[in-house]
Amino acid sequence: MEPTHAIEQTRTRRQEFIAGMQATLPLELGAIPFGIIFGALAVTGDRPLTPAAALGMSAFVFAGSAQFIGINLYAQGLALPFIVLTTFIVNLRHALYSASLAPYMKHLPQRWLLPLGFCLTDESYAVVIQRYTQADSSPYKHWFYFGSALLMYANWQLCTLIGILAGQIISQEQAQSLGLDFALVVTFIGIVVPLLVTRPMLLSALAAGITAVALDGLPNKMGLMIAALVGIAAGYIAETYFSTPKTDEDISTPAPLIEQEGQAR
Amino acid sequence: MNEILLILGMTLVTFGVRYPVLALVGRMQLPEPVTRALKYVPPAVLTAIIFPLMFLQEGALFISPDNAYLIAGIASIVIAWRTRNLLLTILLGMVIFLVWRVLTDGLSL
Repeated sequence: MEPTHAIEQTRTRRQEFIAGMQATLPLELGAIPFGIIFGALAVTGDRPLTPAAALGMSAFVFAGSAQFIGINLYAQGLALPFIVLTTFIVNLRHALYSASLAPYMKHLPQRWLLPLGFCLTDESYAVVIQRYTQADSSPYKHWFYFGSALLMYANWQLCTLIGILAGQIISQEQAQSLGLDFALVVTFIGIVVPLLVTRPMLLSALAAGITAVALDGLPNKMGLMIAALVGIAAGYIAETYFSTPKTDEDISTPAPLIEQEGQAR
Repeated sequence: MNEILLILGMTLVTFGVRYPVLALVGRMQLPEPVTRALKYVPPAVLTAIIFPLMFLQEGALFISPDNAYLIAGIASIVIAWRTRNLLLTILLGMVIFLVWRVLTDGLSL
C-alpha cells in the first residue's frame, strides 16, 4: 500500500499512470504463464487456430478465461453460437466489475470509457477499485486505470506471441505429455479456490462441478451451461440461508478474482 | 472464415458485457438480485469446466490413482487453499502432474 502522505498531494497524470503499472506488476506473474499457455494451446491440439487468429483473439477479445474456453470448445468442434454463448456466461463477472467501477467513472467522456471498458480484466479491476476507493480526491485516477490496462494488454499480446512460437516448435503429442492441457485445470483451480471463503460460494462451485460431470454427455456442451446456471442458483439460494452482515459490503466492492500479493490470508 | 466469426462473436459478447454497464451505471443501478447472482458466476463456471476434466476420461468416471488429472488436481486444490498464490499453485500443480504422469505411465517424452 502507498503511504498516506504520498497521495495527499495530488499526483500528476504521469505519476498515476506509472503507479497503475507498478500496482499491476505483481499480478503479471500469474498472467504470464496463462498467456503463454493460451498461445501454445491455441495453435496445437485437435483443431488449431492459425497463428494470426490466435494473435487476433488476444488482441480483440482480451479475456484470458474466455479465450481458453473458446479455443477448447472450438477444438471440440462445437458450433459457433454455442461457443459465443459460453464465452458470454464466462464473462458475466465483468458486469459486476463494471457496475462497481461505474460510479467513480461517470464523469469521464466516451473516449476514456470505451478503451477502459474494453480493457477491463480481473487483474486491473483488483488494483483499480483499490485506487478509486482511496480517500484522496486525485482527479487523475483514470490514468492509474490506463497504466494498469495498458501493461496488462501489452503483456497479454507478448505472452500470446511467445506461446504461439513455442507451440510451433512442439508437436501436439509433446504438448500433451508436457501437461499443457492440465495447465488449464490448474490455472482455474488457482483462481477458484481462493474465492471459496463462504459456504454459498463453496456450494455454488460444488453444485456446478457435480452437475457438469453428470451432464457431460449432453450435446453442444449444454451440460456446461446448465451446470453454470445450477451453480449460480445454488449459491444464490444458499446465501439467503447463510447470509451474513457482510453481504452489502461484498456487493458494493466485489472481491477481485485474483487477489493481490500480500493480501493473502 | 470460421476463425474470423469466432473472434468476432467472442469480441462482441466480451465487450458487450464490459462496456455498457460501465457507461450506463452512472445513471442506472443494476438490480440487487442481479449483482448477487453475478457473484456466483466465476466459481460456478470455472468449476463446471474443471470437474469433467478431472473426473472423466472419454466420458466415463475415472477415479483412480492412475488418473494424473485427478491426483494433481486435488493436490493443486490443497496448494491453492493453503497458499492462495496463483503462480505457486500453477508451478507446483504442473510439477506434480508431470511427476505423477511419469510415475504411472513411465517416461513418454
